[in-house]
Amino acid sequence: MSRPYETREHDVLVVGAGGAGLRAAIEALARGASVGVVCKSLLGKAHTVMAEGGIAAAMANVDPADDWRAHFRDTMRGGKFLNNWRMAQIHAQEAPDRVRELEQWGALFDRTADGDILQRAFGGHTFKRLCHVGDRTGLEMIRTLQDRGVQMGFHVYMECAVTKLLTDGDRVCGAVGYWREQGRFVVFRAKSVVLATGGIGKAWKITSNSWEYTGDGMALAFDAGAELVDMEFVQFHPTGMVWPPGVQGLLVTEAVRGEGGVLRNRLGERFMERYDPEKLDLSTRDVVARAIYTEVREGRGTEHGGAFLDISQKPAEYVKRKLPSMYHQFLELADVDITKGPMEVGPTCHYMMGGVRVDAETAETSVPGLYAAGEVAAGLHGANRLGGNSLSDLLVFGRRAGLAAAERAGRTGPGAFDERQIDEATAEMLAFFERPDGESPYAVHRDLTETMQSLVGIFRNRDDLESGLAKIREFRDRWDRIRVEGSRLFNPGWHLARDLKAMLTVSEAVARSALRREESRGAHSRTDFARSDPTWGKKNIVVKRVGGAMELSERPVPEPPPDLKTILEAP
Amino acid sequence: MKEAVLRVFRGTADGGELVEYRVPVAPGMVVLDALHHIQGYLAPDLAVRWNCKAGKCGSCSAEVNGRPRLTCKTRMDSLPADRPIVVTPMKAFPVLRDLVTDVSWNYEVNRKIPPFSPRAGTDWKMSQADVDRVQEFRKCIECFLCQNVCHVLRDHGKKREFGGPRFFVRVAALEMHPLDGLSRTKLLKEELGLGYCNITKCCTEVCPEDIHITDNAIIPLKERVIDDFYDPLAKLLRKVFGRKRT
Ligand code: SF4
Ligand code: SF4
Ligand code: FES
Repeated sequence: MSRPYETREHDVLVVGAGGAGLRAAIEALARGASVGVVCKSLLGKAHTVMAEGGIAAAMANVDPADDWRAHFRDTMRGGKFLNNWRMAQIHAQEAPDRVRELEQWGALFDRTADGDILQRAFGGHTFKRLCHVGDRTGLEMIRTLQDRGVQMGFHVYMECAVTKLLTDGDRVCGAVGYWREQGRFVVFRAKSVVLATGGIGKAWKITSNSWEYTGDGMALAFDAGAELVDMEFVQFHPTGMVWPPGVQGLLVTEAVRGEGGVLRNRLGERFMERYDPEKLDLSTRDVVARAIYTEVREGRGTEHGGAFLDISQKPAEYVKRKLPSMYHQFLELADVDITKGPMEVGPTCHYMMGGVRVDAETAETSVPGLYAAGEVAAGLHGANRLGGNSLSDLLVFGRRAGLAAAERAGRTGPGAFDERQIDEATAEMLAFFERPDGESPYAVHRDLTETMQSLVGIFRNRDDLESGLAKIREFRDRWDRIRVEGSRLFNPGWHLARDLKAMLTVSEAVARSALRREESRGAHSRTDFARSDPTWGKKNIVVKRVGGAMELSERPVPEPPPDLKTILEAP
Repeated sequence: MKEAVLRVFRGTADGGELVEYRVPVAPGMVVLDALHHIQGYLAPDLAVRWNCKAGKCGSCSAEVNGRPRLTCKTRMDSLPADRPIVVTPMKAFPVLRDLVTDVSWNYEVNRKIPPFSPRAGTDWKMSQADVDRVQEFRKCIECFLCQNVCHVLRDHGKKREFGGPRFFVRVAALEMHPLDGLSRTKLLKEELGLGYCNITKCCTEVCPEDIHITDNAIIPLKERVIDDFYDPLAKLLRKVFGRKRT
C-alpha cells in the first residue's frame, strides 16, 4: 500500500543544521550543488548554540609558540591515541583557516590588545588556543553560518525529521522523513547525503543535551549498513548544574575554569591536587569528571551531590564580561550570584566521541554516497575529546563533507530506489497510532535514561553492562507496543516514539562496545578493569549491522607515519 | 508535594480552549518543566517548542499570564501561587498547534537584509571597544518575543511594511560592525518600515538577553536614516570624510 508523500530533489541533502551541517551546506553550495538542509528544529536553534567555551585553533595570537603540531599532539594525547591520526592532523592544520573564514563572514570574536582574535586556555590544551565570544561562541558560529547559507541560497526544510535513508544497491540515494508540523511524509532524492545530526545525550538522564540529541544519524547510518566506531566513549562533562532539580545537567562551561575557576569539595580541599597535580582544574574532562564523581561517592560532596566551582575570587566585572551567560544562568535559575559565591557542579552526559566511521579526507562513511561530520562522526577525538575541539571539528569536517558530497553529486546520477522502502518507512511511523492500546513513549524513554545513567554511566563493570543490555532488550519489546495518542499535527509524543528507536539502537551499541573493551581508557572507565591495557590501546571497536543483527569487531588503530610519530613523542 | 495549576491553550488556528492541568512543583522549577511534566504524564501530544532549556536558543517563547516570556527562564516561584498559571501561544503569530506558532515570516524578513560586506583591503584588526557594542546585538537568540510584543505587529498586523525590532537589531549589528562597508538605510526606510516605530520601548522590556533594542539599535538607526535622507549636508560630509562611527 502506498501512502501519499511529497518529493524534493537536490544534489546534496544535509541532515542537521548545527555547525557541521551548515558548514557542509555552504561548501556544497560554493561548489555549485543544489543543497537541501533538513533539521528537526527551527533554523538557528541547533545544539551548537549551547557551545560556550570556544573554537580550538592554533592561531598563536596569544601564545606565539603554538602551532598545528602542538594542537595535533594535544588532541592525540587527550584521545589516548585511539584517534584517527589523519583526522587529528587535518583538524589541527585547517582549524585556523576555518576560524578566519567565520570572521570574514561576519563573526565577531573577542579581541586581543593588538586587535586580533583573543584566545583562552582550556583543559588539555598546552597553549591559549580557544577563539571565543564571551561564553556564547556557539551562538555566534550558528548565526554566522546561518546568515551565510541563507545568503547563498540553500533550501532549509525546518522542523522536518528523517526516519530512513533510501538505498540503491549499496549506495545511498535519498531519505524519507516527515514534517513535524503537519505530520505528512516527504521523500528527498539526493545524489549524496551528509549526516550532521549530532549526538545521543538524550539517552541519559542527566545530560546537557537538547531533545534533538537522540542518535538519529548514527542509527540511520547503521540501518543503511555503515560502520560505527568507538561507541564506548561517551563524554561526561565534569561540570553540569546539580541544583535545582529542573536544571540538573545543564552545562557549566569549562571556560569558568579556563578563566581561573577552582574546584573544591565540601571540606574546602582543592581535590584536583590529588587527581592531576600538574594540570589541576584544567585537566582533561574524563579525569575531572571522575574526580568529582569520586569525591561525591566518598562523602566529600556538596549538599546536592556535587563539587564547588568558584570564580568569585576574580573581580565581579571581569566575571560578568567573560562569562555573561553563566552569570545569568545561575542568578536566574539557581539564585546563586557567581561573582560572590561558588556554584555547585557535577558530571553531565555531554558528548559522543564515537559515531559513524568516516574517511579522514572526505568524511565519507563506509556506505557510498553517505557522509558524516561533527558529533555524529567518529575518529578525531578517540577516547576523549578536548574542550574546544568540537566547534573546530564541525567547521573542518563539515566543510570537507560538503566538498566531497558535492563532488560526488557531480559525477553520479540520481540513483533509483524501490517504493517498498518508502512504504516500510511510512508504515512504521503510522503503526504507533494504529494500536488499540499500549504504553506512552515518555514512559519507555524515562526508563531508558535511568538505565543508561545507572548502568552505562561514568564507571562501568561487567554485571552492570550485562543487566543494562538485558534492559535495553526489554525496552525494545516495549517499543513495539508503544501507542501514540492524538493526531499527526505537531505531536511531540509521536516524534519521541520515533526518536526512541534510534536511541535504543545507539544505546545498545554503546553498552556492547563498553562490555567488549576490557580496560579503562579516556572516557571509558571499567571498575573491573581499572588499568589501561596496551593491547586494547591498539584497537578500535567497530559496530555494524550484519544480516539484521548488530555485530562487533576489533580493528587495529591506524599507525601514524614516522614524521608525525616524532611530533607525538616530543615532550 | 506542592501542586500548581496550569491552564494551557490547546488547539489550532481554527480555535481551541484553555485546559487545566495539575502539576507537582519542585524547587527552582520553571514553566517549561511544568509543560514537560504535562507531556510526560498527562497529555503526550501537547505541542511545545524548546531546545536548550537554558535561555540560549529562543525556542520556548510563549505568554505566561499574558506576558511574553521564555518558558525555560520563567520560575514558577516568581508567579502568584494563588491563581492558575495561564500559558498561551505568542499572539502576534498564527497558531499551528497548542503553544507552537508559525514564525516563518521572521525568516522571510531576514532574507531581505544584505549580509556583512567587509570594506576592501581591511586588515581584520578590531578593538574590543568597537566590537563590544555590536556584540550586544549579536547576543540575540531570535526568540521573537520583541516581535510578539511590538504593537505595530501585534495590534496593527503590519507584517508587510514593518520588519520589527528583531531585525532592527540585526541591521544595527551589521551597520555598526567595525569593518562593514555597506549602507542599509534605504532598506530600513523603505522595506523594513523603521518609521512605524514610535519608540514605545516595549520590545526592550521583554528582551530576555537585555539588549537595549530601542536606545542602542533603533534610535541610532533612525538617526542614520535621517542623516541619509533628510540631511543632505551630513550625507555629503560623510561621503567626503567617512561615516562617524558613534
Ligand atoms: S520601540 Fe518600536 S520596535 Fe520596539 S515595541 Fe515600540 S514600536 Fe515596536
Ligand atoms: S532582540 Fe531580544 S527579544 Fe528580540 S528576538 Fe532577539 S533576544 Fe528575542
Ligand atoms: S528552550 Fe532554549 S531558550 Fe528556552
